[in-house]
Amino acid sequence: MSVLVDEDTRVVVQGITGGEGKFHAEQMMEYGTNVVAGAVPGKGGQEVSGVPVYDTVHEAVDEENADTSVIFVPPAFAGDAVFESLDSDLDLAVAITEGIPTQDMARVNKRLSETDTRLIGPNCPGLITPGEAKLGILPGNIFAEGNVGLVSRSGTLTYQVVDSLTNRGIGQTTAIGIGGDPIIGTDFVDALELFEDDPDTDAIVMCGEIGGEDEEEAAAFIDDYVDTPVAGFIAGRTAPPGKRMGHAGAIVSGSGTGTAESKISALNDAGVPVGDTPEEVADHIEEFLS
Amino acid sequence: MKLHEYQAKSVFAEAGIPTPDSELASDVDGVVAAAEEIGYPVAVKAQVQVGGRGKAGGIKLVDDADEAREAAESILGMDLKGYHVDRVLVEEAVDFVNELYVGITMDRGEGKPVAMVSTKGGVNIEEVAEEDPDAIAREHIDPSFGMHPYQARKAVYDAGVDQSVARDVSSVLTTLYQLWDDKDGADAEINPLMVTADDEVIAADAVMNIDEDALFRQPELAEMEEEAAGGDELEQKADEYGFDYVRLDGNVGIIGNGAGLVMTTLDLVDYYGGEPANFLDVGGGAKAARIANALDMVFSDDNVDSVVFNIFGGITRGDEVARGINEALEQFDEIPKPVVVRLAGTNWEEGMEILNEDLVTVEQTLEDAVQRAVEYAGEVNDQ
Repeated sequence: MSVLVDEDTRVVVQGITGGEGKFHAEQMMEYGTNVVAGAVPGKGGQEVSGVPVYDTVHEAVDEENADTSVIFVPPAFAGDAVFESLDSDLDLAVAITEGIPTQDMARVNKRLSETDTRLIGPNCPGLITPGEAKLGILPGNIFAEGNVGLVSRSGTLTYQVVDSLTNRGIGQTTAIGIGGDPIIGTDFVDALELFEDDPDTDAIVMCGEIGGEDEEEAAAFIDDYVDTPVAGFIAGRTAPPGKRMGHAGAIVSGSGTGTAESKISALNDAGVPVGDTPEEVADHIEEFLS
Repeated sequence: MKLHEYQAKSVFAEAGIPTPDSELASDVDGVVAAAEEIGYPVAVKAQVQVGGRGKAGGIKLVDDADEAREAAESILGMDLKGYHVDRVLVEEAVDFVNELYVGITMDRGEGKPVAMVSTKGGVNIEEVAEEDPDAIAREHIDPSFGMHPYQARKAVYDAGVDQSVARDVSSVLTTLYQLWDDKDGADAEINPLMVTADDEVIAADAVMNIDEDALFRQPELAEMEEEAAGGDELEQKADEYGFDYVRLDGNVGIIGNGAGLVMTTLDLVDYYGGEPANFLDVGGGAKAARIANALDMVFSDDNVDSVVFNIFGGITRGDEVARGINEALEQFDEIPKPVVVRLAGTNWEEGMEILNEDLVTVEQTLEDAVQRAVEYAGEVNDQ
């Protein structure tokens, strides 16, 4: 039925007293997500929309058995908030915050490798198992229950592709927005592995974009490991070269990866058709399922 | 945010990295005076943030006052790859026997900082990376600890740096990492790091990119950004508004939310036979005023013949977007360029109720919206 999140997931919202935190905690609950607590330093003892607020994530875990955190904390404090969730032995932490300094994320990434918590994001829309629960800011109404897994680096592009699927009556097992930042927790390979191992996922959509080499790595992984059919989309074919790629960043790998072309050809070589438009991606998925 | 060479050099020098004597000048007399003070020969270097300044005529080596005057006259005021040159750095010319490369950046694949050293400095290091990757020694660093001294030495020895300067190069690399770490660097590079006949090392160029997301805790560098402003007028405006904006050559203006979706909109404009005029991402959760600013941006580009608005709301709400569009368009007696709007996602129905449909063309799908905008842009071209 799903990966990572379902109706039993017990959620603590870090930053629940802020504008975005409160709005989206309510939206999550309305969708059916089991939000059991909020965590905001100095706001312990308050209630937000019927949810008890604690000063620390540890308290939320002790008092409410929270196992998953969704983080709506401003960028300057978000790195610390992610550390807190990792140190609270949660199963899953989802960082929605956009604009966390990269060096903070490098330190988080290092700690992540020493814990059992899975991190999604940051700078991501979260994830959703249609009909059961959503974690984050995805608009629930465009999703439908079904058998397609979706993983994407871009939030709004996720919505676009899901819309194309849902309009054709194709639902989703789980959709995961992994975020587009240089350093993220769960990446394409991790998500593909989860979907491959999920008996209810019969096809996978993978939406990538220019920059980095995650799509190339995912293509190699698909080639070796994934039997579930995958259709891809790569955003940024017309983006001017050199505008978004950092200077020294380009010489780390020393190869011509990171372009739309390189990503599309790597995916094609792994047997993954890549749509020219979101509708074409839906066409491929329709074919897989027929 | 990229610092100018003179700014990066001052940051490096302050941290103890050897740099040549230099002075900033913005007029011909100032250049000559600075050159006289430093002593010939000097290099006159355009302070613009583009690569390949030397090849484009933006760097000249001069031996006397006449040459200095000539170089200043040709460089000051020149248009260098689209950037107006209004300042030059007058710098002591270093007599070198070797050129090295040292740099620190974030290896996004590994999620860790990486220190790089090469004896093939002074040339296009990207080409070296492409053609002879082994010529660059790389050392990954644990960001929660920092660079161990042995790591700096290892990178230097792995690169094959001469024994006589290995210690000084290690020290420069260690300082560079510390700077990168303290200042929230994205990239910090010295290319070339010159080696003199007396076995001294000296940073002949300096590159420092700062993580924009961390500027809130780097107030000194944020001030430098204001000082460094320059370049494309529209891109400056985008900076003021705080948009991710890239100007392109086409005539279909594009506004959307989320980089991936905006890039997809660009790709679709191209797919349907149009040419994108820009990339403009309003970001997440944009309120009405921000949407109005985005429209102002795109209208300011004379090349734009039509505009497509593609919003798929998550954290962004359709009602806010619609209010912003109305706000921006209601001030015109006549809408300057046709605007096509496609709203989906959070609160799109509320948005559609608010949107003044006398001012815009509404399309339900991304494909239809893009095709309509391309069509409008084409009609304008045909006139």
